[in-house]
Amino acid sequence: MLIVGEIINTSRRRIAAAVEKQDAAFIGQVAKDQADAGADFIDVNAGTFVDRETEYLCWLVKTVQDAVDLPLCLDSPSPAALSAAVKLHRGEPMINSISLEKDRFDAMLPIVTAQPCRIVALCMTETAMPVTVEERVQAAGELIKRLTAEGVALENIYVDPLVQPVSVDTRMGNAVLDAIKTIMNDFPGVNTICGLSNISFGLPVRRLINSTFLTLCMLQGLSAAILDPTDKRLMENLLSSRMILGKDEYCGDFIDAYQKGIIIKDLN
Amino acid sequence: MSYQTLLDAVIKGDIKAAIEETLKAIDAGQNAQDILDQGLIEAMNVVGDKFSKGAIFVPQMLRSAKTMQECVEALKPHFQENAMTTKGNIVLGTVKGDLHDIGKNLVGMMLEGAGFNIIDLGVGVAPEVFVDKIKEANADVLGMSALLSTTMPSMSLTIKALTDSGLRDTVKVIIGGAPVTRKYAEDIGADSYASDAGSAVLEAKKLLNIT
Repeated sequence: MLIVGEIINTSRRRIAAAVEKQDAAFIGQVAKDQADAGADFIDVNAGTFVDRETEYLCWLVKTVQDAVDLPLCLDSPSPAALSAAVKLHRGEPMINSISLEKDRFDAMLPIVTAQPCRIVALCMTETAMPVTVEERVQAAGELIKRLTAEGVALENIYVDPLVQPVSVDTRMGNAVLDAIKTIMNDFPGVNTICGLSNISFGLPVRRLINSTFLTLCMLQGLSAAILDPTDKRLMENLLSSRMILGKDEYCGDFIDAYQKGIIIKDLN
Repeated sequence: MSYQTLLDAVIKGDIKAAIEETLKAIDAGQNAQDILDQGLIEAMNVVGDKFSKGAIFVPQMLRSAKTMQECVEALKPHFQENAMTTKGNIVLGTVKGDLHDIGKNLVGMMLEGAGFNIIDLGVGVAPEVFVDKIKEANADVLGMSALLSTTMPSMSLTIKALTDSGLRDTVKVIIGGAPVTRKYAEDIGADSYASDAGSAVLEAKKLLNIT
């Protein structure tokens, strides 16, 4: 299970304030906290600063990679911001994201094929958010076909089935869960990724919902998640789910986390 | 006549009980507009207020809105030919290049619940489409939504298109969406910013001086 730490996003008030003040120490610490908690990639997103997104995203790339020795998930709908950020990035980044919307696909393609990288591919149809399982699987198939035709390795594609809130439509949970299973089944070797928190929009006790949803996604074969790795309850759940699903040899990671005090003994 | 039982049924989202109460009020000789204003819309005011305060959640709000819609359908045949009065016409849409509709739909539902007439243009709406519809519907308010930093500038372009076509002074503009801020609304010359469906109703009322 690949973990992308989601905290460095300027839609969070404290992150936005730190970015505006160019507070490298604060951002560096948030990056370190996520790395220590087990993140494999650190997401950076400066999307709320419309006019200065490129400048701030580039600053984040530099600042975070000065603080931690991890690759980043460069998170923006803007081709201009991404193409500048990619150039500053050390190692192979994850680029978030490309979709079938025509303008976006055409603009993003040269950026994601310019160097080896992992690519988050959103299951949007060309004109709408997906509703059904079939729409998601069809969009995934089309994205995989077009990206691999451009020489992208299948295992570098991370299909995002697009999580939508169950508060608005109680079928939204199953739509994503079934899509993950079908995509992993129909395109062996491809990866799937989800942002968890959309599932719980509009509801109370969101952490519990996100955590339960993660387990269900993992059961369907989800290979990566964008989440808050400093959320202890979530990470405990991830470790035990992974073990139960037979992906933790000799239960080693779970026991290790317990012995290091990462998993708390008594949950009462 | 007190509409307390009807209010309670709409707030609870009990469709069957709410329709029964609506028809009972009609049978008792109540005016359809009064049932709408003092029963249904008043109930949705309470729902919006509770939602803004975090006392109820999205599914409960949706359920109440659905209940109100069903009651309005039941009321419709009982309006005289001058039809029901609305609080104003609101054109709504997600801007060009942006396909996100969940937040915009919630806003539309709550505005409808508050007694506004909603013209929802859907997603990916270009500035000239907004302008044409505002002219055609004689809209009092334009509500624009954007969920992507790359599509937010389309809000600014739409406001400019309104100015160019001489409509800017005839319509109030409210904007919202995850990356949108109050400051951005001020920067691009929108009249207001709404952070959620409940506050969109309050802002619309404030701009149109509706108490």
